[in-house]
Amino acid sequence: MADTALHAADHASDHGHHSSTGLSNNKLAMWLFLGSECLLFGGLISTYMLYRGRVSDGPHPSQIYDIPFTSVSSFVLLMSSLTMVLAVTAAQRKDDRRTNLWLTVTAVLGATFVGGQVYEFTTFIREGLGFTTSLFGSSFYTLTGFHGVHVSVGVIFLLSTVGIIKKNKITGNKSEVVELVGLYWHFVDIVWIIIFTLVYLIPA
Amino acid sequence: MAIIERPGSDTAPAVVTPSQTMGAVKRPVETKGWKEWLFTVDHKKIGIMYGVVAMFFFVVGGIEALLIRLQLAAPNGTILSADQYNQMFTMHGTTMVFLFAMPMAGAFANYFLPLQIGARDVAFPRLNALSLWLLVAGGIVLNLSWFLGGAADGGWFMYAPNSGPVFSPSNGVDYWILGLQIAGVASLIGSINLIVTVLNMRAPGMSLMKMPVFTWMILVVQFLLVFSLPVITVALVLLMFQRSYGATFFDVSQGADPLLWQHLFWIFGHPEVYVLILPAFGIISEVLPTFARKPLFGYPFVVFSGASIGLVGFGVWAHHMFAAGLGPVSVAVFSIATMAIAIPTGVKIFNWLLTMWGGKIWYTTAMKFAIGLVILFTVGGLSGVTHSVAPSDTQQTDTYYIVAHFHYVLFGGMVFGLFSGFYYWWPKVFGKLLNEKLGSWNFWLMVIGMNLTFGPMHILGLQGQPRRMYIWTEARAGEGFFNLGFWNLVASIGSFILAAGVLFFLINVVYTARKGKQAPLDPWDARTLEWLTTSPPKPHNFDRIPVVHHLDEYFHRKYEEDTATHTMKKVAEGEDLIRAEEEAADSDIHLPSASYWPIVLAFGVGVLCMGVIYGVPIMVLGAAIVLFASYGWVLEPSVAEPIDFEPPSADGSTKEIAPLG
Amino acid sequence: MSETTEHHDHGMSDAGYIKIALILAAITALEVSTYYVDFGPLFMPSLMIMMIVKFVMVVSYFMHLKFDSKIFSFLFYTGLALALFVYIVALATFKFFIA
Repeated sequence: MADTALHAADHASDHGHHSSTGLSNNKLAMWLFLGSECLLFGGLISTYMLYRGRVSDGPHPSQIYDIPFTSVSSFVLLMSSLTMVLAVTAAQRKDDRRTNLWLTVTAVLGATFVGGQVYEFTTFIREGLGFTTSLFGSSFYTLTGFHGVHVSVGVIFLLSTVGIIKKNKITGNKSEVVELVGLYWHFVDIVWIIIFTLVYLIPA
Repeated sequence: MAIIERPGSDTAPAVVTPSQTMGAVKRPVETKGWKEWLFTVDHKKIGIMYGVVAMFFFVVGGIEALLIRLQLAAPNGTILSADQYNQMFTMHGTTMVFLFAMPMAGAFANYFLPLQIGARDVAFPRLNALSLWLLVAGGIVLNLSWFLGGAADGGWFMYAPNSGPVFSPSNGVDYWILGLQIAGVASLIGSINLIVTVLNMRAPGMSLMKMPVFTWMILVVQFLLVFSLPVITVALVLLMFQRSYGATFFDVSQGADPLLWQHLFWIFGHPEVYVLILPAFGIISEVLPTFARKPLFGYPFVVFSGASIGLVGFGVWAHHMFAAGLGPVSVAVFSIATMAIAIPTGVKIFNWLLTMWGGKIWYTTAMKFAIGLVILFTVGGLSGVTHSVAPSDTQQTDTYYIVAHFHYVLFGGMVFGLFSGFYYWWPKVFGKLLNEKLGSWNFWLMVIGMNLTFGPMHILGLQGQPRRMYIWTEARAGEGFFNLGFWNLVASIGSFILAAGVLFFLINVVYTARKGKQAPLDPWDARTLEWLTTSPPKPHNFDRIPVVHHLDEYFHRKYEEDTATHTMKKVAEGEDLIRAEEEAADSDIHLPSASYWPIVLAFGVGVLCMGVIYGVPIMVLGAAIVLFASYGWVLEPSVAEPIDFEPPSADGSTKEIAPLG
Repeated sequence: MSETTEHHDHGMSDAGYIKIALILAAITALEVSTYYVDFGPLFMPSLMIMMIVKFVMVVSYFMHLKFDSKIFSFLFYTGLALALFVYIVALATFKFFIA
């Protein structure tokens, strides 16, 4: 019963077939969403860039950033993009086990990154940079916090996908679902590529 | 449940029992009554609901305006206190823009865009329903403020730090922020939905340059929304973090710059005004050719100018900030860009005029409103051009001259376009023609009322009456009979005439519902595909997905060129075409199935946002509902194919819906 | 109407992706080195270039944009271009780019 339902559903959302452009609805939607997210993060980054030198109280960026630590967590996030791609190629090969393996590794790396962020935030707070301390503080935490929430939501996506694949309850095209989760994940990574350079490496 | 439609067959629709999501929740199976509307994913029903919600808020926003005009009708007004006045103009603007104008355009877009491109629904029907219910949630959250401590009072553009916790201590601004965030997400989702619909679900043969202009304008609007909404999202987040969590983004004592809010707001706000007007432009681009009995003049120019307005619209926002202290270089740059954007708009006006030139004009109410738009928008556009000249804008800004400008373009432009759409498309949606006599009263009262209300505001503004001024005195009104007091009174009288015009529309709606006769299938001898349906359209829209060969495809199916006289001769009536479609109907059509999750998810979002004001436990509850609804949604099998615009395959086989349960 | 299926251009094998990842790691190491080594006047340009190169590489290869329909590129890069435009102009009005 479930099989026929899935078969019909699989055929039904045959991505790319029967559309005026030949492209998948879901994929078009995801790329549009990512395009709009550029404007979201652009606004948060611009706010940070404008305000990062305005330190009415508390530490200055140069006094607080731990570049070696952040470099390591940046590297972790970057590598999670690799494992994400490997999950996508595994899904395209219809290898459910490998797909789930790489999805899980990606989630673990993502969670590690978030853990690193939490550690960084608590350290900064202890060192005197709170959310309300200064414009630098407010903008820093808002920007990186938003990014961290995006990563966390991504981790939830990844683990949910693992669960749904395991229970064989994917309602659409399986490899497309993994591909779309991948697009979201990579986007979160490229936002960090920008943040890492503009926020951490370029001194205020 | 997937309803399997078999038009033209004698068997009753087959009912499939629903699957059970997460072992607990069944899909809605009702097809009648209020539940049919609450859980529908049908774009036509969703469109009607958008229209009803928007119309409701039009009246709410109108009453807010009338209270303002009552307060300003005489010196030393006592209708509203200063504080109430601030709330009134804030909510009037916010309601009209976000809860009337955008949803009403959404109503038209939802109903007609799929029909105009020959599709059976939009790309993501459940997301479509979600957009509607999120709008409702946002409208409720925004207006709850009236009852829970006072509405927002910082003006519809809510400049910080005035809108911050120090100067706006009540929860009003918090409700405003949350209501707009919810409505903004609704529009963002909707914009992605409609773009994918237009890109992917056009009928065979309908290239982009064969799409009706209304569809094109809606497409441009969706691009404006998808790229501008995130910017106001950022602004709202920053303000919310300051108000609710102590952030310092707009705290000048900490070194903040108030211009940050202004930039973020207007980077969204300017594209937003094109979001408001382009749908109306699209509507009259259908109405004018129909009632001039001539094709639209310069279709490619109308399309490209619409796209240009959209693109350049992202580059002019700081013309709202000419008096904010940007400096001469910035002001000059934005001044020139603003002048530039008048050009594509002017192109459209000329194309509409040339459409009418030499045509055999049929003065229906729809046509009157369309012509009204062309004239009144031009007036508003001209005052807009004067704003683009920064030195003169420095006097005009924050005066009633600006109020005059945007009400001419928004009321004379946008609202007239929407009303044109009502009269034009009413027979298609409801099967009845709105009464033309009542329509005439509606139109003329609105024209006279509108001009009496907003015309004098040009004078008031140039004479220096500031915006948002809750009271005026005889001493400040100046000397002579035709002083500021006189024009304020005229404007107030005009606003009630305007209200009477709107009332006539509502009377017309009720009258038509009760006494209107069934309309013919093609009452206006129209040109575009949405007329190749019954009135109202069947649930699946088209019995057979049309194959498109022409721009104005419907017209070309009714008319062929007589080679002898080189005129177009009618070879088929609307009824003939429908009969042909029914006889060649697809034998198996799947429609997307109803769902609980959109409305449940929207409810959860509303609860989550209330938690921002009332505490974390409520946020947690809201988040739990959102999570539950999200998982339910994702796990809900898309039983029926969400779109089925492909003609039956050659061997006659059709896609079967898997029986479940 | 196009009946074409969307072809997944598997121009990249898993090994290819790993190579991209190694390049990205190397660039990251170079970026981090700017913290320890004085790049002089090359500091800003090289950091910006490295950031852009990494960005484009992830988008083009990991997100497959290079091999997919140009429509996806249009949708995404329009958003990116608009973001760059409005925010750089806004920051410019704050005299952000003036030393």
